Amino acid sequence: MNTPAALKYTKSHEWARREADGSITVGITDHAQELLGDMVFVECPEVGRELKQGEECAVVESVKAASDVYAPVSGVVLETNALLATEPEKINEDAYAAWMFKLRPNQPAEYDALLDAAAYQAAADE
Amino acid sequence: MVDFGGWDMPLHYGSQIEEHHAVRREAGMFDVSHMLAVDLAGPDARAFLLRLLANNVDKLKEPGKALYSCLLNEAGGVIDDLIVYFFDPEFYRLVVNAGTAEKDLAWLEARRQALGQRLTLTPRRDLAIIAVQGPKARELVWQARPRWRADSEALRPFFSAMLPEETMVARTGYTGEDGFEISLPAAAAPRLWQDLAAIGVKPAGLGARDTLRLEAGMNLYGQDMDEHTNPLAAGLAWTIDRAGDRDFIGRDALATEPAQQMLGLVLLDRGVLRGHQVVNTERGAGEITSGGFGPTLNQSIAFARLPRGITLGDTVTVRVRDKDLRARVVKLPFVRQGKILV
Repeated sequence: MNTPAALKYTKSHEWARREADGSITVGITDHAQELLGDMVFVECPEVGRELKQGEECAVVESVKAASDVYAPVSGVVLETNALLATEPEKINEDAYAAWMFKLRPNQPAEYDALLDAAAYQAAADE
Repeated sequence: MVDFGGWDMPLHYGSQIEEHHAVRREAGMFDVSHMLAVDLAGPDARAFLLRLLANNVDKLKEPGKALYSCLLNEAGGVIDDLIVYFFDPEFYRLVVNAGTAEKDLAWLEARRQALGQRLTLTPRRDLAIIAVQGPKARELVWQARPRWRADSEALRPFFSAMLPEETMVARTGYTGEDGFEISLPAAAAPRLWQDLAAIGVKPAGLGARDTLRLEAGMNLYGQDMDEHTNPLAAGLAWTIDRAGDRDFIGRDALATEPAQQMLGLVLLDRGVLRGHQVVNTERGAGEITSGGFGPTLNQSIAFARLPRGITLGDTVTVRVRDKDLRARVVKLPFVRQGKILV
């Protein structure tokens, strides 16, 4: 399973990365894209929307099914990846490059408590 | 892998979209051995099928000719959809769906007994079926099995031929592309599959089979119709042959036109149409029966059961999560022989 050690993860298959400016970048994991198959549509949250940790905030649809994406931490949406509107298959090509949205976190401790790569792998193997 | 009518079947081997494109552009193959061939033999075989099938087997005049038909119950509901292949008036082969095979056999056997007709029904569980589909499919089959060419080269679309070694080659399919469906003894199937794969025929799973048939405007049993569906509301009127006074089972129940009709939808907004989504029109609500992403159109498409009066070119809305997405009403199919028709 491809799970870069520099990232944090959730049991619901999101990855998160804390940037130098303190913002959190979010996407879905390589394991998730593999389960879902060819991506055909991505809906990101509105910029400015305030999210609570665990809230449904985006949707990825593959040829097989629609799947919800949950906010890994609480915060305000700063930016979304416009590329995914026209090229959702970028998630299949590289799930860790094809980020979905960036958040300004308002509960910084939530990020530190997310799963590390080993814990995510263990959770995903269950 | 998924369970499909009791069979473990692959949804895809690699990328489902690549499998879809391979069939539209070159050639792909599907292991459809889950479908059951049933041989009907005996002096009353023709009379039996005239009574049992909603389409008219008397359209089949040349040996090898195939016909798509519904098997209806007395209430006009669809027990199954199938292809019947004609070889002579005392010998036909049906190919039925996996999930309905046992039910079909019980129904056919009960009707045979009730009608007192002289024929035997033989389920051919010894046969595997491989569908090779796409513009290059036939050439690649002949390349893999040169000895089949002489018997199958002259086949027109919807014709079939019985070859030696219990092999049947039919120019039929479920993709909207040219190709063959090949029935052969199960023991011979793996070798054929491997030989086809070795010359570039791409293995394709149930996922691509579904998007190909959706684009081709072909119904899926259990999703677009079942025993509670009026076939006239499921886009199947063309298969119900009510010419003359042929007394087929279900005919009487179809005397009145249903309030709904099946039409195609092409999504105008961004998103994906799926089965069971509600469609709102100026003449009332409808429902999507099959929907998804059509890789050839690079857009989402669907079959929808819509109120009568809705016509081609109308714009309707589909409720997807918390949004009403716009879709255009079109005639089926969406794609035929690699060409987009809508």
